[in-house]
Amino acid sequence: MADVWVQEKCYHCGEDCIEETIHFDEKAFCCQGCKTVYEILDANKLGQYYTLENAPGISQKDYSQGQKFAFLDHAEIADKLYDFQDANIKKVSLYIPAIHCSSCIWLLENLQQLQEGICHTSVQFLNKKLSITFNADKLNLRALAELLAGLGYAPEITLAESQNKKASPNRSLAVKIGLAGFCFGNTMLLSLPEYLDTDFSLADDYKSFFAYLNLLLALPVFFYAASDYIISAWKGLRHRFINIDIPIALGIFALFGRSTYEILSASGPGYMDSLCGLVFFLLIGKWYQSKTYQALSYDRDYASYFPVAVSKINDDKEQNIPLKDVQVGDQLIIRNQELIPADAILLKGAANIDYSFVSGEAVPVQKSSGDKLYAGGRQVGSSITVEVSKAVANSYLTELWNQDVFSKDKQVHLSSVVDVVSKYFTIAILCISFLTAVYWLVHDSSMLINTVTAVLIVACPCALALTLPFTFGHSMRALGKRGLYLKNTQAIELLSKISDIIFDKTGTITQSKPQQLKLRGTSLSTQEKELLRSAVQHSTHPLSKIIYQSLPDYLGLNICSFFEEIPGKGIHAIIGEHELYLGSESYLCGQSSGDTSTTRVYLKIDGVLKGYYEFDNLYRPGFSSLMHQLSGMYKRHLLSGDNDREKEKLAPYFEEMHFRQSPLDKLEYLKKLDSEGKTTLMLGDGLNDAGALKQSSIGIAVADNIYHFSPACDAILDAQKLKYLDRFLAFTQSSMRVIRGAFLFSFLYNLLGLSFAVSGMLTPLVAAILMPLSSVTVVGFITLAINVRARKLLPPA
Amino acid sequence: MSAIFILIGISLLVALGFLGAFLWATYSGQYDDDYTPSVRILFDEPHSKNNQSNNK
Repeated sequence: MADVWVQEKCYHCGEDCIEETIHFDEKAFCCQGCKTVYEILDANKLGQYYTLENAPGISQKDYSQGQKFAFLDHAEIADKLYDFQDANIKKVSLYIPAIHCSSCIWLLENLQQLQEGICHTSVQFLNKKLSITFNADKLNLRALAELLAGLGYAPEITLAESQNKKASPNRSLAVKIGLAGFCFGNTMLLSLPEYLDTDFSLADDYKSFFAYLNLLLALPVFFYAASDYIISAWKGLRHRFINIDIPIALGIFALFGRSTYEILSASGPGYMDSLCGLVFFLLIGKWYQSKTYQALSYDRDYASYFPVAVSKINDDKEQNIPLKDVQVGDQLIIRNQELIPADAILLKGAANIDYSFVSGEAVPVQKSSGDKLYAGGRQVGSSITVEVSKAVANSYLTELWNQDVFSKDKQVHLSSVVDVVSKYFTIAILCISFLTAVYWLVHDSSMLINTVTAVLIVACPCALALTLPFTFGHSMRALGKRGLYLKNTQAIELLSKISDIIFDKTGTITQSKPQQLKLRGTSLSTQEKELLRSAVQHSTHPLSKIIYQSLPDYLGLNICSFFEEIPGKGIHAIIGEHELYLGSESYLCGQSSGDTSTTRVYLKIDGVLKGYYEFDNLYRPGFSSLMHQLSGMYKRHLLSGDNDREKEKLAPYFEEMHFRQSPLDKLEYLKKLDSEGKTTLMLGDGLNDAGALKQSSIGIAVADNIYHFSPACDAILDAQKLKYLDRFLAFTQSSMRVIRGAFLFSFLYNLLGLSFAVSGMLTPLVAAILMPLSSVTVVGFITLAINVRARKLLPPA
Repeated sequence: MSAIFILIGISLLVALGFLGAFLWATYSGQYDDDYTPSVRILFDEPHSKNNQSNNK
């Protein structure tokens, strides 16, 4: 039978209209919510929203407003969120993860047409931030948040954000670069006569005029722009640790000291242009490295996920209280899609807890009154009342953050390439200066100061110092384009050195959503399928929804004369002359076989047990070939919080497998590997992996949506790109080889410079040519090499 | 030849003016977001005439 049935797409959000199709204004909408947003925009002459991008809206299907933003009425909480407040004008910046296209920018910047009281709005697209200035007499923060949420742009306001205000953007690096660039340009111009002074002699007053101007221009560079390097070198010395900044600082001091001496004593023109150029190039390298992914958040702990306030029942009245005031024994109301903030006992209501956040497991768990609920679970369905049994910070999940590992910064116990190189480099430079000093002391002591400072100047590892920022910066961008977003550039070196890879199971190597659905038992006739579809369409249970979507749309829908949904058990429906039961084994068969290896939903039609639907985890595409690629090169471990029902299926892929691991077990396992001296890469997705991610040498959070819900980590990997992990790792190793090549390159330049310096022939002209030349060629070499390798080793962007 | 002193003085003043402009632009936040303005500039002006109130 040919099906000439075209799937309609929602005009607002562009998704397929699956459950229902609403026609309005000759357009199709997938749900009431989408239609409402369209109506609001249309009525306010904001229809241009739909012309900028095709179907730019955010689906309103799963949206429920409820009391979600009621906590914003709390003055104490709201006050912490404002950037600025005057008598009645307030300014607030909100993080809105849904911002994704130019239509979003347009609509959010035209909000004042929609709501009186909004004075000005501006979007920062890359940070996904919206700044709103509004009149507090006409509008309060809660109404504002609800307006945004109603349009599909629900702001994410979390505990972490309300506690510590983000610092204003750091502009000092840009200022330093600008200043150094300005001074560099001008000192170059003022030094030009000196470069050309070989055959004509400049009048003395000009010479000293230019020299003093140079000195003046070099002052801000030395005291302000170069201060980071000097401070870093000083810190290194105090901790008896030789870093790359020590030879740089030595070079800067030598350049400035000798030049100042030459100028003040009128004995020479000095090297101020080289000093300014050096600092300018170094700062550019720093800036290039500091460009990271601003919109991504790598330091989230549980506070970022948990609500800012909860509804507490106080003398039969509902009250919003800040989360920090929640105490053991409090009765809380948890609504649809809200998180349980602390371990609690269910008092009443049909609890249907989605722990996907915690464990990655997508199928919600049903609980009945008296059951224990764990913090981090999300209620799906109607409201429930719970009694808090443990304080927020001491709950099963949140206790993880009380571990030592979270209180200190990650220890990089690898001897990083730079540190090794700079150590030997610095020692070598000091030895050469010393030998030069000895040689000239014996032969011609008037040359002593000249040559020693020249050695320090020329040895200043500018090209060497630029190698790392540029190689890492380029590599980081190449990886970011392909779905692996690193927190900082050190991650590249760590990735190139790992020996063990540890995978979490649910949500990391399995897909979090659409699950494989299999019917075991007798196959259903078209009529039976129709009955089943008619029954499940009334159910709000997630499993029913999955079954509903698996049944084809051409099946008709019949009217149920009776429908009942029993929480925790299943549904009972009468359609025409047929009776249908769908639910757990114990509900349908009276007893349970005890087989909990898979999630099952049993089906009984007219008293005959038809079999059961089995929900199976689906591995991410490309998983098996990825594991094949990784085998032999890395030791592969599996740490799953789940039971071991898939052990045999997974056995070929892993060398070590551990099931039923609690968040703490995972942390301990990583600690053990660490103590064995392994360099570990942990891949996880849920908050239960947070400890392991933190304890590992490098932790990567695998996320379906990189802007949402990723635990603290060193890198975020787009879940679709997990299959390329082997290529990413190979690329980082290749990047390290590029670094070694570039080091060799800059050493050669240094040798060349040293040969000038020790023989006392380093003129300002030679310095002015050699320094930029070496920097530019090394940076050019790196750019070329990394891009070629990225194209060869990485998947297409 | 003393013209050179004056000229260099003036050229430095001009250059300092540009440096000042750069610092002003940085501190006023022009480089904080280098993407959104590129999209914003492409939007058409609203068609309706009743929005004289928000001419910022």
